[in-house]
Amino acid sequence: MMEWLRFSVVALFLTASLGMAVISVAGVFKFKFILNRMHAAAICDSFALLLGMIGTAVAYGFSFATIKVLLIVPLIWVASPVSGHLIARLEVTTDKHLSEECEVQDEWK
Amino acid sequence: MKPRSDYEHSWWRRLVRFVDGETLADVEKREEEAGENDAQSQKLADTMAEQLFEQEEKYDRADRKRRLEMEHEKEAMALYDKYKNWPKEHGVKIFGRLYAVMAVVLCVIIITTLLVTVSYLPEFGHADNPNNNEVVERYNEKALEETGATNIVAGMILDYRAFDTLGESHVLFIAAVCVMILLRLDITKGKNPTDTKRLEEENDRLYEPKNDKILQLSARILVPIIILFGIYVILNGHLSPGGGFSGGAIIGAGLILYLNAFGFEKASRIMNRKNYAVISVVPLLFYALAKGYSFFTGANHLESGIPKGTPGAILSGGLILPLNICVGVVVACTMYHFYTLFRKGGM
Repeated sequence: MMEWLRFSVVALFLTASLGMAVISVAGVFKFKFILNRMHAAAICDSFALLLGMIGTAVAYGFSFATIKVLLIVPLIWVASPVSGHLIARLEVTTDKHLSEECEVQDEWK
Repeated sequence: MKPRSDYEHSWWRRLVRFVDGETLADVEKREEEAGENDAQSQKLADTMAEQLFEQEEKYDRADRKRRLEMEHEKEAMALYDKYKNWPKEHGVKIFGRLYAVMAVVLCVIIITTLLVTVSYLPEFGHADNPNNNEVVERYNEKALEETGATNIVAGMILDYRAFDTLGESHVLFIAAVCVMILLRLDITKGKNPTDTKRLEEENDRLYEPKNDKILQLSARILVPIIILFGIYVILNGHLSPGGGFSGGAIIGAGLILYLNAFGFEKASRIMNRKNYAVISVVPLLFYALAKGYSFFTGANHLESGIPKGTPGAILSGGLILPLNICVGVVVACTMYHFYTLFRKGGM
């Protein structure tokens, strides 16, 4: 019974993680504008990663390695949005036709 | 207009001669003179005509040439007009299709080659595999005892094959020196402040995310963790997977993140060229001396006097831990130095 419970939890988490990754990849290919694509790509970086890590952690049982693996998640949650922010800032700095794609505050026009 | 050939014998001419008091002989004589003159003038006319003809021919040829050129040009323009939009309308499409087809073909070829190659490899974990020889046996059975490292890979690369690793560290150092020779720009500082190349390079830094608050805050959180993690990987190199190269790369990445967030001015308080020279040369020298000593005593069957420690403890493994630290420091400095050289041309 416990085995089945654990398996179903693992399957739930891993399937959700895979689904998020698929959504993310589809979004990256569907959208044309960089900021939209970044938003789609961030799903894979953050949510799919967390779910996948939790799923594997449950599957292999909790140990010291699990804590190490789960430590990666907050680190990436700090690092990934910041790198996204830098890319977006670069885009805003260099794109001359930004206002055709989205609303722009006056100071960036 | 040429006169008739019997003009002299015509009745009007005879009458004129009679009136003028001339005879036929006189007339013939005069005619001969005139003929000579005629011949001369004929010659002159001929040469003139020839010249004229030549000129005309030349002119003709030039004209024909020009007309041909114009025709060619017209044809070329027509062709150009016909195919002016071809790349946009068809070329890109055809290229895209060709690109996709070729990409698929290339991928299939590479995948098939790799799969075929893999199918020829010996089965994994089979006892008769060629990698299952006395070297591996020795490593598996005696490495813990002989090197004192629970991570046998670290024991191999920093004890049995330590000279190889020493060479690798020197390769990194030499690479950094070569890049410095090629890319260093701040050598002109002070001598010639209007050096255009240096100014351009410094201008390039205007485009970096300057004083980005978000980046600085995250760097403030992440950099200590990253560097701590790198130190952990280095210090645990003889106990768990890791070691000098990987830990050094992590520390180098942390330093680069710090540099990106806070700029060259703050980063160069620690990582300037003087410090770089010291902290990359001293570990290499220590490595060479320590390993030279241990190989010398080992080859001569002498006691090296380096304590092995209890396997599994942090202070164990003989020289592996200090050598890991040396390699880590060199790798971290080299990574950081590469970055600064490519970015700005100096530390």
